[in-house]
Amino acid sequence: MAYTKAKIKDLVDGKIDRDTLHTMLSTPKDKERFEIYLDILQEQVPWEDKIILPLGPKLYIVQHASDKKWVVKSHAGYEFCDWRENWKLHAVMRVRETAEEMEELYPRLMAPSTNWQVIREYYCPKSGDLLDVEAPTPWYPVIHDFEPDIDAFYTEWLGLPVPERA
Amino acid sequence: MNIQTTAETRGIVRGGETLKQHRDRLMEATKRTRHYAGIEKMELRDNHPIQYNKLFSRLRAGVVDARETAKKIAASPIVEQEGELCFTLYNAAGDAILTSTGIIIHVGTMGAAIKYMIENDWESNPGINDKDIFCNNDSLIGNVHTCDIHTIVPIFHEGELIGWVGGVTHVIDTGSVGPGSMSTGQVQRFGDGYQVTCRKIGHNDTLMRDWLHESQRSVRTTRYWMLDERTRIAGCHMIRDLVEQVIADEGIENYWKFAYEAIEHGRVGLQARIKAMTIPGKYRQVGFVDVPYAHDDVRVPSDFAKVDTIMHTPSEITIRPDGTWRLDFEGASRWGWHTYNAHAVSFTSGIWVMMTQSLIPTEMINDGAAYGTEFRLPKGTWMNPNDRRVAFSYSWHFLVSSWTALWRGLSRSYFGRGYLEEVNAGNANTSNWLQGGGFNQFDEIHAVNSFECAANGVGASAHMDGISHAAAIWNPEGDMGDMEIWELAEPLVYLGRQIKASSGGAGKYRGGCGFESLRMVWNAKDWTMFFMGNGHISSDWGLMGGYPAASGYRFEAHDTGLKEIIANGGPIPHGGDTDPENPTWEAMLPDAKIKRDKQAITTEAMFKDYDLYLNYMRGGPGFGDPLDREPEAVAQDVNGGYLLERFAASVYGVKLVKGENDQFSADEAGTEALRAQIRKERLEKAVPTREWMKGERERILSKDAGVHVQQMFAASFKLGPKFEESFRKFWDLPVDWQLMEADLPIPSYGREYSMDISELPDVKTVQFVDE
Repeated sequence: MAYTKAKIKDLVDGKIDRDTLHTMLSTPKDKERFEIYLDILQEQVPWEDKIILPLGPKLYIVQHASDKKWVVKSHAGYEFCDWRENWKLHAVMRVRETAEEMEELYPRLMAPSTNWQVIREYYCPKSGDLLDVEAPTPWYPVIHDFEPDIDAFYTEWLGLPVPERA
Repeated sequence: MNIQTTAETRGIVRGGETLKQHRDRLMEATKRTRHYAGIEKMELRDNHPIQYNKLFSRLRAGVVDARETAKKIAASPIVEQEGELCFTLYNAAGDAILTSTGIIIHVGTMGAAIKYMIENDWESNPGINDKDIFCNNDSLIGNVHTCDIHTIVPIFHEGELIGWVGGVTHVIDTGSVGPGSMSTGQVQRFGDGYQVTCRKIGHNDTLMRDWLHESQRSVRTTRYWMLDERTRIAGCHMIRDLVEQVIADEGIENYWKFAYEAIEHGRVGLQARIKAMTIPGKYRQVGFVDVPYAHDDVRVPSDFAKVDTIMHTPSEITIRPDGTWRLDFEGASRWGWHTYNAHAVSFTSGIWVMMTQSLIPTEMINDGAAYGTEFRLPKGTWMNPNDRRVAFSYSWHFLVSSWTALWRGLSRSYFGRGYLEEVNAGNANTSNWLQGGGFNQFDEIHAVNSFECAANGVGASAHMDGISHAAAIWNPEGDMGDMEIWELAEPLVYLGRQIKASSGGAGKYRGGCGFESLRMVWNAKDWTMFFMGNGHISSDWGLMGGYPAASGYRFEAHDTGLKEIIANGGPIPHGGDTDPENPTWEAMLPDAKIKRDKQAITTEAMFKDYDLYLNYMRGGPGFGDPLDREPEAVAQDVNGGYLLERFAASVYGVKLVKGENDQFSADEAGTEALRAQIRKERLEKAVPTREWMKGERERILSKDAGVHVQQMFAASFKLGPKFEESFRKFWDLPVDWQLMEADLPIPSYGREYSMDISELPDVKTVQFVDE
């Protein structure tokens, strides 16, 4: 089932109607969604670099317009690192590890106990947007959560050419 | 002439193979060809697609019908109200062809029991005959937990075995140390309750009298036990009749082909769905849950079990370009002296419950998906224990908390492709479990196990909030049940039921909230209750900037004086008390003994009439930065009781204004300014990640963390050398930095010595995963 760009934009904007949502959930996937989705996101970002793969609502793997390098970039325009690296290591972050810091988020007794679990918030250094939250025990390594095989995805699964990569 | 030495025994499987020969042949062909049973071409499906689909549709509808009909026979509320049952049709080798709705984790567990019977030659002793009935609930061979009782019936055609049907219900009590189906007080299998290993309990479609007498006195809730058993048998027999009818209509050859091709079809279907919905690559995530046993209110029989520990499940999903995938749980922590361990089959089979809700939302759920997936669960971990003493009665405590991480991994791929409708930040930790027992309002020995938490909050998606008080990961059709039914099932009156404010994780789209019920003990005698849920740890992280769901706490009140307050017409607690940071019930019950704290797991405590118990169901995690949430949605959250007012500003940066009828709306300009201020403050409080790492590394070098945290890492290092290697590399630790359980100031029984069930004489276990 194919959907119009307007319907997919409704989905991206959190305004999809229930009937279309039900169809999206209950029928086979529309392979062309990816390209339409990228078009919509490309229109929403304030920079020219080509989006290769969205990693979050405000985080992308992009191709530099100038030198074709692939990097991880935020909506606000901060460039973290090469696309194969863990962008969180290049972010700024805050760790909530006291009851007082937890109680900014949760009522007392409904917050994790900080000697068992902490909350780590990773921000875009340019905008302060919250891009990821980890909630591990103390000592836990920063998780490299996703290493996409973009070449296989584009060529073998979608039949698309892989954008140039410097 | 001595013919006995030369003649081969004719097996019971159609065509003359023994069950063992049949399964061995299938497994060898599967391994050799990488197609289930060597089926490289699905003849029936490809040449007669209409007949193939007719077979599928009739059988699937019949299996669902059997479930719907059979559950009406049961008296147990958790079966009738919550639908805690499931029926599955298997081929002769014990591989699932199709399954009903309900607790479909058992698509694999009953198959594991059938395979155990096959591998241990049940065929010659005790014998497998037409109209036999078998019962199993043994977690050491694949069951989830003791309270899931399997009834398994072989299906014969013209004297030869052509398959099996299994039915399972979650019974309310199995006679464990503490009352309730998922009790906490025992720390070994021997306290987990009545255990049955693939026992023949009936022949000629009739239950044996010794079984009836023994089983009924082995559990507390005898009536529910008996009626649930009749439910399972009725469903199995309905399905057996259906298969006979289908064979009469379509022919045995076609049925036989279907019983194997359907599984290959399921395997191929999974591969196709992976390619259609995900992105090849590696996904890493982790889950934790707390086991807070070093507390006065956790009374266990063994000193070595009285320790605080953390259960740990890191996972790596590898999706390959050919659509195959591998799930590796290297680094998972060891099994423990509690009831939260799991068998490898319940861990892997349960993942299909999740997948049916996104990756394979079809009716074609069978063992094909299992054959299409590579699992690695290191032996000795909590989800693949290497000791026959382990207890399992509440394996869900960490199953749900481990799987919630897998949602995040898969959701990264759905998000990347634009299938935002499939994104799910995670599931709730499905608790609290209200359990207990004694004599009930009908003066009978009783146990209770409220299934209200079949309606927890759902994780947020990438385009909408998680649904509140709606679902549980282990039963896609969960329901909180009617209060009136629970009041009949439990000597506990409802004083109130309300949304649990701020229980869902914050985010651009917030997690669904849970709910809470305040129960007053009424007409109970010699009564006990206990709590079971997460407390110190929220196992359900948010996704892409969303926050975790709130964690749990307990509230219980004794000697409340409510009898007198009610007699005097005074105010009593109903709802309200929405904010545990600013409680109100304490003032209404001035003389009560109240426990309100983070100890969300306890063992049996004594309760009497007019005592109170708060049953708080958890919420789901959030998605995206809360500062990107529609301001008006935040105002509506506060108006609707989903969010405590003060968090509108501190979490969402929304300035509220109060209008008519005390209803809030968002002040747009004020919100914009507040959000700008919060973003600025975030950056002021933040440090570069690598700077923070320097300080954290120093803490690691000086062993600055709770003993429970250190124990978790030490246990994971021992079982997961690659996990330790990556940890050491990440933190750049010197060679002389060592973390050993033996050096910690708590006991670690089971660390060095263990004995697996496979070491017992004449026992052949079936290995289902890479270990």
